[in-house]
Amino acid sequence: MKGTSMIQMLRKSPTAVAGCIIVALVLLSAAFAPWLSPYSPVDMDLYSRLKPPSLKHPLGTDELGRDLLSRIIWGARVSLKVGVISVGIGLIFGVVLGLVGAYFGGVTEKTIFGVVDLLLSIPSLLLALAIVATLGPGITQVMVAVGISLVPAFARVTRGSVLTVKEQNYVLGAKALGASHFDIMTRYILPNVITPVIVLATLNLAFALIMEAALSFLGIGVQPPDPTWGSILSEGRMTIRTASWVSTFSGLAITLTVMGFNLLGDGLRDLLDPRMRRILQAK
Amino acid sequence: MNTPSPLLHLNHLKTHFFTVEGTAKAVDDVSFSLNKGETIGLVGESGCGKSVTALSIMRLVKDPPGKIVSGEILFDGTDLLQIPASRMKSIRGKRIAMIFQEPMTSLNPVYTIGDQIAEMLLVHENLSKKESWERAVDMIAKVQIPVPERRAHEYPHQLSGGMRQRAMIAMALACKPEILIADEPTTALDVTVQAQILDLMQQLKEEFGTAIILISHDLGIIAETVERIVVMYAGKVVEEGPSLSVFDAPKHPYTKGLFKSRPKIGERSQFGRRRLLEIQGAVPNLFQLPGGCSFHTRCVEAVETCRRISPELISTSDNRKVRCHLANP
Repeated sequence: MKGTSMIQMLRKSPTAVAGCIIVALVLLSAAFAPWLSPYSPVDMDLYSRLKPPSLKHPLGTDELGRDLLSRIIWGARVSLKVGVISVGIGLIFGVVLGLVGAYFGGVTEKTIFGVVDLLLSIPSLLLALAIVATLGPGITQVMVAVGISLVPAFARVTRGSVLTVKEQNYVLGAKALGASHFDIMTRYILPNVITPVIVLATLNLAFALIMEAALSFLGIGVQPPDPTWGSILSEGRMTIRTASWVSTFSGLAITLTVMGFNLLGDGLRDLLDPRMRRILQAK
Repeated sequence: MNTPSPLLHLNHLKTHFFTVEGTAKAVDDVSFSLNKGETIGLVGESGCGKSVTALSIMRLVKDPPGKIVSGEILFDGTDLLQIPASRMKSIRGKRIAMIFQEPMTSLNPVYTIGDQIAEMLLVHENLSKKESWERAVDMIAKVQIPVPERRAHEYPHQLSGGMRQRAMIAMALACKPEILIADEPTTALDVTVQAQILDLMQQLKEEFGTAIILISHDLGIIAETVERIVVMYAGKVVEEGPSLSVFDAPKHPYTKGLFKSRPKIGERSQFGRRRLLEIQGAVPNLFQLPGGCSFHTRCVEAVETCRRISPELISTSDNRKVRCHLANP
């Protein structure tokens, strides 16, 4: 009953529907990559290097003659994984740190945000580089590195909202009615601060995809020949004047996915807000 | 007259706020007691320490800057200031509940009121989810919100101010607490709704046997509702006694002033146009209280002694107490 009404409400918002469709398409193509892609993403065909889009290669080929469509479809797997997991790491740690720090205040807050500010003062690429340099190259390391570099942003945003919400009367009311710290944090504060966090998460997804690209480009991320959108984008950089389709289509894939998540995020945000839910129901 | 052990007894409670500007003695040596099933009214101007007294009882004074410096809060024989925080948590809501001035912001906007009331029961009573939901709907019916089954599924923003205050009361009374502290429960509501809420509190009090501490600056509300009245000024209790006799014959100049400064309907026609009497001056700055009696700067009856010596709270005949040099025992 509740589930169906949620879906029905989501359907009332056209942008959320668009977001859903885009995200679903990307997810499906990642899941069914072996069946969807016309070629292998790594097989080279040196006779057809840098061919423009044609019937044979709908999105053209790259400089090693690999089919771009296949590479983008397979790349969705890695890119999505890196994007979602690293944003997840950043979100979970950032929100928990921000919530705990801002809620308890005092020494706890000073300690947590001392560390967070320290992290914030290091450029995120440099931070990720340092982490990968310590842990060695590889996709897991990239996810951890990007995740950690996202923590300060989430912690800061969460803190800001918590500071407002924790002064609300209903939080004092909850204390007066005997709620525990954990209850207050999870049931009273978290749901009321989650909106900006969701928006930030969808925005940071783009950032994560690009960070992954940067790290892969520097040779410390996903190792070639495994395709990722970021690495395709940066490979295409060299031939952008003669074969613009390589960077164009991989860039489009990133843009479209990010847009899909953004729209979905907006829809979710409206759905999580009881006031907006009312408006959607009324439509 | 005195019952052997009151349900709640505040004994020389002092709550001070330590700030860069100095120490504000928001609650300075306050003592009073509350018997089982009794309603007392805590009256005074804004900033006289009423709310801080209430928050001190709940041990919810914001620390820093606030701190309960000394005194005892005896609840059913135990000093609430000595017990560990975890035990205090189980008392809040279960045995002593509190409702606040602003019903508009006192409910969590992201849960339905049914959920919020049910949660109280889940936290404090060993009830299943289903049972606590049923009890929540029951409570909503008890506070006279129409169509409780439907209203339970609504969010705070869908309810009017009066409804929200009713929901707050339902939440506070869900676990049948022994004491309900109501901090200006009707201030944000319009007059007809105020009357309804007060009636409701009175009814529920009789049903559940809850003792009530009603905090208000509105003497009209206090007069109608309470059995005993405690008047506070600048962090101190200045007068205490059964509300009828205090209303009939206030002894402290401050209380007299408070009663005189109430507009009375119909007075104009009887006596012609007259200016509403007021207490001269403003509430003193808590950081720099005047020496002697803290009211002497505004008191029309002040004599030399008032400037030098701070009066004690003395018991007078007819079960009353007053803090004034001029009062006869």
